[in-house]
Amino acid sequence: MKKGLFCRIALSAVMVAAVGALTACGNKADDSKVYVYNWGEYIDPETMEMFTEETGIEVVYDEFETNEIMYPKVEAGASAYDVICPSDYMIKKMIDNDLLQKINWDNIPNAKANIGAQYYESSKEFDANNEYSVPYCWGTVGILYNKTMVSDPVDSWDILWNEKYADSILMQDSVRDAFMVALKRNGASMNTLDAAELDAAKEDLVEQKPIVQAYVVDQVRDKMIGNEAALGVIYSGEAIYTQRENPDLEYVIPKEGTNVWIDSWVIPKNAQSVTNAEKFIDFMCRPEIALMNFDYITYSTPNDAARELIEDEDIKNSEIAFPDLSQYNNLETYIYLGEEGDEMYNDRWKEVKSE
Amino acid sequence: MSRKYLAAPYLLWALAFVLIPLGMIVYYGLTDSNGAVTLSNILAISSPEHRKALYLAIGLSLISTVLCLLMGYPLAMILASTGMGKGAFVVLVFILPMWMNFLLRTMAWQTLLEKNGVINNLLGVLGLPPISIINTGGAIILGMIYNFLPFMVLPIHTSLSKIDVNVVNAARDLGANGFQVFFRVILPLSIPGVISGITMVFIPALTTFVISNLLGGSKILLIGNVIEQEFTQTGNWNLGSGLSMVLMIFILVSMITTFITDKEEA
Repeated sequence: MKKGLFCRIALSAVMVAAVGALTACGNKADDSKVYVYNWGEYIDPETMEMFTEETGIEVVYDEFETNEIMYPKVEAGASAYDVICPSDYMIKKMIDNDLLQKINWDNIPNAKANIGAQYYESSKEFDANNEYSVPYCWGTVGILYNKTMVSDPVDSWDILWNEKYADSILMQDSVRDAFMVALKRNGASMNTLDAAELDAAKEDLVEQKPIVQAYVVDQVRDKMIGNEAALGVIYSGEAIYTQRENPDLEYVIPKEGTNVWIDSWVIPKNAQSVTNAEKFIDFMCRPEIALMNFDYITYSTPNDAARELIEDEDIKNSEIAFPDLSQYNNLETYIYLGEEGDEMYNDRWKEVKSE
Repeated sequence: MSRKYLAAPYLLWALAFVLIPLGMIVYYGLTDSNGAVTLSNILAISSPEHRKALYLAIGLSLISTVLCLLMGYPLAMILASTGMGKGAFVVLVFILPMWMNFLLRTMAWQTLLEKNGVINNLLGVLGLPPISIINTGGAIILGMIYNFLPFMVLPIHTSLSKIDVNVVNAARDLGANGFQVFFRVILPLSIPGVISGITMVFIPALTTFVISNLLGGSKILLIGNVIEQEFTQTGNWNLGSGLSMVLMIFILVSMITTFITDKEEA
């Protein structure tokens, strides 16, 4: 990238000055470690211990909160990860900007064996030839509401603009998800680059702002469990967990359609140990390990073999975890919009936030 | 000669972690994404969203600073006037919360102030109406005061403790009443502490993004949030750096003020 050169020179100067003085250890490939960069609370820590026990490879684990936070860190190359778990549109961006390497499927036999074919099919939207990504979790975005606080039927994004629920609505604090809600409500595509449609969505978000309690990411879960809010925009994977904690909560996919997303394992170009990365991904694709992760994080697993192992029939056939997508209209996956497209969204989001 | 070498580790540190990063900020701030020199990142401060975020940040941090001063000064006087052993104990009690992580303490305020939070539950038990301060500017000011009050109290306390008790006695001897002693002797002598207290509260309050995120529900965009988002979300490091440079002007002004008052003092 263009911002790279100066950055690299300066960073190496810092490295030489600071690290060089302390230790002679450079960034030679370290065979005993695998550096993993994943979403917050997105894995059962026990599976990583089991991995280390079996292979002797230590897992160095970092977390990010949004794709947008992850991307600059990987792009800057300051910290080299071996395995990352971005979402669909971000994977496309990383492929386009030459940050990922192709996966050698022969070294990850569990991926092809256990993960359902339809998930590879869906992945083609962002990874055209299934060369770069191994599906890890998938799901939808919808409305989580508290049955004791909401009297109206919840089946449309419209309810998030209902003044009756002023100060009891939680919106997602990330640009694409916030605009997805407003665009879908107006019947537009959530990947639109039409300035008029985006302006209309922006106006709607501005109009909605006074009745929004807060813009949050991971906190939607805790606030809904704690009865802090009546309605919240949330990822389907959080819904099962929140229902376990607070039975008054219900999850709905609005009729105007929503985002269907896939988060997948990828191996960045600057990975230090591709072998370890492959071992890690393969381990995570084992049915019993995928099941452990599903039980722990409750995000839908694309691992069909793992789903077969679920003992609780209600969960196994849960409409939330494994919805029959054919009955919903207007489902879409985010597409990488290019730098100019991103800017169209970011500028308007900033206007909404500064209102 | 040998003393110079003792400073070498610090110089290396300052070079690596102060000067070079600062140079990078200036470089990014003055170039666009293609590396061409431009002033647009700095001039971007005049766009309506940025200006609004800057004014809001200045407003909230000014209010917090004034309130910190009004609360901190009397507190520092009480601390300075209590006996040696007791005073040290009170100071310790005062600093103790600072041993806990700043983020955790701010998140604790979130739990306290929430709709179904601790404070509202207590008010409910007492039959009082609930307060709804969370996710407003008021909550942000509260968070700023809570986090930065010690930075106001401690420097004032230090400069008050340095005042020779005989100076006060002499003033009294010469017939000054309590009011006169305070305004003509104690206050002028404590001004350096007040100035550094103001700087140490105003600057972090002006640049904060954590407090406004946690206690403002991300509904209130301060200039610190704008800069943070340019780096973490939008990935426009050039704009983020340019706006940071604008903020540095405020820091420079307050540093110069401190420097001048220190000089007058000497």
